Amino acid sequence: MRLALREALLSFRRAPMLSALSITTIAFSLFAFDLFGLVALNLRSALRQVESRVEIRAFVAEGTRADAASAAVGDVQSFPEVERVTLVSEAEALERARQELGEFEDVFDAGILPASIEVRLREGFRTPDQVREVAERLSKYDFIDDIRYGEEWVEKLYRLRTIATFVGLALGTTFALVSIIIIGSTIRMAVLARAPEIQVMRLVGATRGFIRAPFLIEGLVKGLLGGIIALGLSFVTYATLGRLVIQAEFFSVGHSLLGLLAGALIGFLGSAYSVDRHLRRVA
Amino acid sequence: MSAMVRFTRVTKQYPKGVTALDEVSFTLDRGEFTFLTGPSGAGKSSILKLIFVEERPTSGEVKVIGQSSVTLTPKKIPVLRRKLGVVFQDFRLLPDRTTAENIAFALEVTGAPPKRIDPKVMRVLEQVDLLAKADARPHELSGGEQQRVAIARALVNDPVLLLADEPTGNLDERSARSILDLLCEINRAGTAVLMATHDLDLVRATSFRTLELHHGRLVFDAGTMASGATAGVPGGSST
Ligand SMILES: Nc1ncnc2c1ncn2[C@@H]1O[C@H](COP(=O)(O)OP(=O)(O)O)[C@@H](O)[C@H]1O
Ligand SMILES: [Mg+2]
Repeated sequence: MRLALREALLSFRRAPMLSALSITTIAFSLFAFDLFGLVALNLRSALRQVESRVEIRAFVAEGTRADAASAAVGDVQSFPEVERVTLVSEAEALERARQELGEFEDVFDAGILPASIEVRLREGFRTPDQVREVAERLSKYDFIDDIRYGEEWVEKLYRLRTIATFVGLALGTTFALVSIIIIGSTIRMAVLARAPEIQVMRLVGATRGFIRAPFLIEGLVKGLLGGIIALGLSFVTYATLGRLVIQAEFFSVGHSLLGLLAGALIGFLGSAYSVDRHLRRVA
Repeated sequence: MSAMVRFTRVTKQYPKGVTALDEVSFTLDRGEFTFLTGPSGAGKSSILKLIFVEERPTSGEVKVIGQSSVTLTPKKIPVLRRKLGVVFQDFRLLPDRTTAENIAFALEVTGAPPKRIDPKVMRVLEQVDLLAKADARPHELSGGEQQRVAIARALVNDPVLLLADEPTGNLDERSARSILDLLCEINRAGTAVLMATHDLDLVRATSFRTLELHHGRLVFDAGTMASGATAGVPGGSST
């Protein structure tokens, strides 16, 4: 094991240009991967935020008795999808309007604004279909005049998120494959550069595992280094954009570690693939 | 005691239908020195490759130190190779390593305890008379010296059989003779040697057993003295 490690490190020293090149390519493909991840991450959290504001507002007809409305609130509260139901009386609606539009307070007279039932849905129950479903159930109360829930909005957001998820998965898989191929071919160059050593090792009876170990370690280390560089570049990009344009979200520690792990794994798989191919060809 | 190497009706066909060996049978005993001769393309290298399992027979059985080609699994190949030493015409030394490092490499990659590496390297360096060149790199050595390093590397794991494929093919006559002398010395110390060569002068300089191949067939198997008559080569004169 110690020898394998030494051999792996030696290959960096013996071929610094090749090693630097392979780490750079890995870093850039992982960087692209990371950037997309950041976009997806931020898009998702933006969507979640918008989604959390999705609210169904059912306007109560004038002259409805207060106890009928509160009974309805009790019913609605028991819907499994519902997080919170609030009854906003005419007076409260007026009060709210005054607070929000303080300078025009004279404009409002009691009785202009209808009372309403505001319904917030639980997380996981905010798809357009689910929102519509609940809205329709609400509309069955005959004292409900009108219902608003931003239907087109909700649907558009949802479509965007579905597209983002699919594009993300497709691009992510593509980048991972590209990285594996790149690592595979750089390791392949390293394998070819060390073909004489491999030949002698096989000749004197080194085991297959022993021959593979330095390359696997090399691939792993290169993948890991590439991952670290990519993460660093992503952070710089994120910080720069954050200062110039928008405050965004960065990967959590867990996600960052996962990214490094992915880099290491990609390096490992790529080199395993090319070493095995070489060994199969010469054996 | 059973033979160290036993070929039983071994046929080797390469892809594209080349028949390199055709029903070859012979045995080698422990401690024996044997020449393998025949013109280029006769199948000499193929026999050596079958012995150290670089190739597998198409039919027949190759048995080496108790391991049969019929039952040998890939995992057992390295174990078998550690009991064999192999040298080639082109030496196959690693150019960026010194003599001592080239030899030590064979021990390192087979998991020898680090403490035992140096003494072993010194011992074989002395055996091939290269102590003075321990720190030289291959390009600083003559062809004969490089072949000595390769032989030292082949010996360092204490093989029971040393395989040499045209070990003198790249050397001048004097160096070739001294390599042959070295191989004889190694053989006297107890290691069996199988040397493939088409240099009949070398073969005639000794009286070792000779296996002669022609177009993949074993056409002759006897001591050198008789080989001149049977193989149709005038004894004593060079070709
Ligand atoms: N790997 C191979 N693939 C195809 N043909 C081969 C291969 N190795 C050897 N041969 C053929 O097998 C025959 C015997 O070759 P070889 O054993 O190398 O003979 P020698 O060592 O006596 O010159 C030759 O015709 C050679 O071209
Ligand atoms: Mg040959």
